Amino acid sequence: MTDPEVIQHVNDLLAEEFELTFDQMRPEALFKEDLELDSLDAVDMVIILEQAFKFKIKKNEAFKRIRSLNDLHKFVLEKKKEL
Amino acid sequence: MKRVVITGLGAVSPFGVGTDSLMKSLSAGDSGIQAMDELAQITGLNPTIAGKVPDYDAKLIPRKFRRTMSPMSIFATLATQEAITQAGLSKEIITGGTAGLSVSSTVGSVQALQSFFTKFLDGFSIEEIKATEFFKIMNHSCAANLTQCFEITGRVMAPSAACSTGCQTIGLAAEAIAIGKQDIMLCGGADELHPLTVSTFDIIQAASTGYNEHPASTPRPFDVDRDGIVCAEGAGILVLESLESAQKRGAEILAEIIGFSSTADPSNLVSPSSKAIAQCMQLALDDAGIEPEAVQYVNAHATGTVLGDAAESSAIASLFGSKPLVSSLKGHLGHTMAASGALETIATILMMNNGLVIPTRNLVDIASDCIGITHIKQIENRTILTVLKNSFALGGINTSIVLRRDND
Repeated sequence: MTDPEVIQHVNDLLAEEFELTFDQMRPEALFKEDLELDSLDAVDMVIILEQAFKFKIKKNEAFKRIRSLNDLHKFVLEKKKEL
Repeated sequence: MKRVVITGLGAVSPFGVGTDSLMKSLSAGDSGIQAMDELAQITGLNPTIAGKVPDYDAKLIPRKFRRTMSPMSIFATLATQEAITQAGLSKEIITGGTAGLSVSSTVGSVQALQSFFTKFLDGFSIEEIKATEFFKIMNHSCAANLTQCFEITGRVMAPSAACSTGCQTIGLAAEAIAIGKQDIMLCGGADELHPLTVSTFDIIQAASTGYNEHPASTPRPFDVDRDGIVCAEGAGILVLESLESAQKRGAEILAEIIGFSSTADPSNLVSPSSKAIAQCMQLALDDAGIEPEAVQYVNAHATGTVLGDAAESSAIASLFGSKPLVSSLKGHLGHTMAASGALETIATILMMNNGLVIPTRNLVDIASDCIGITHIKQIENRTILTVLKNSFALGGINTSIVLRRDND
């Protein structure tokens, strides 16, 4: 999977789980302020990403610092490289 | 004590979303019971029919609130929206603290429990369990979800008493208003169909099993060929408020709650005793300050079980004789569990407002152990102003509500 494919896959997963439109999903979109996702959503985001990419995120400090969609894309790409 | 009136009704039933679809189907004599493939696939389960809520649009509820809702909370939310709209309650009133809520179900979502344990028991792992799952499972899931969705800040109660839930929540809500603790209460019950409920009634030999090929022919309350309960799902929500509050707002008053009783029958966990049922109804009349002769219609709990229908018939006969008309709506709706008391109270209020009495569907030959009361088999155009509604439950919890409407 290329990097753009990974990013698209992440966006597809979030769009389905959180009923987001692709218009909303600009890279700079903030999860809390722009996409209106909260701490419960963050927990479910971890689960769907772990299932999709077969890596572990729970209790990851870097994940807790994620604020924007772009932050998440970078995080997922990094984690995939560690596999 | 303050007088308590009803100003809003909302329903989700096997006939669909809305009180209009409920009354249209009840008036037409329709059946909400259908064959269920998902039940037919279960080993050892005899009943393969149920009352399912047909198409509904859960996405009318914002995802932020819907994510913690199992179907029962979705039903309750759609019903609450309808009831609030009819009552004309403003956002300020609902969120201001003078409005509370009393809504519950027989159990938390068994679908969500099944989802949890399916993953949990697969290697004793919780790694795939979503954060929103428990909010569907907790006992007060419906009440909590409604509270969040409608931003209610008054008292919230989730009294659960199996099949009496829908009436008990109404009665306790009325008492909260009567003693002046809240001006307005949203109340009622909701449940979603799951094989656990269907199998429970099958296991205790209280489920209808002889009409799988003819679903619309059962349940058969009071009939000689009745053979048990048919499980169903839905939600019924009412807006209750003090007479003072309703008059101040200029709200249309649909009926008044003039009496309520909730009693326990420790004689048996499963089989209701006629004596205890009669006592429950008598206490509701005492609470209302009326004599049995004043009651023109009894909306029976009658689910179609052999023992339950006979005990209720006998109790009604002993207290009222043959004066009031009697019918059960379970023949149309099946047993909507925690929603039943509320949905059937709503239908009864609509009968009072529309000058008609819905008969007992599937009552063809009155059983010899259900005689002595005035059953109705055909719809009757008749004005009924004072009525009594019964709901009884596994666990020996009985409830009766007395309603009155002014002749205007």
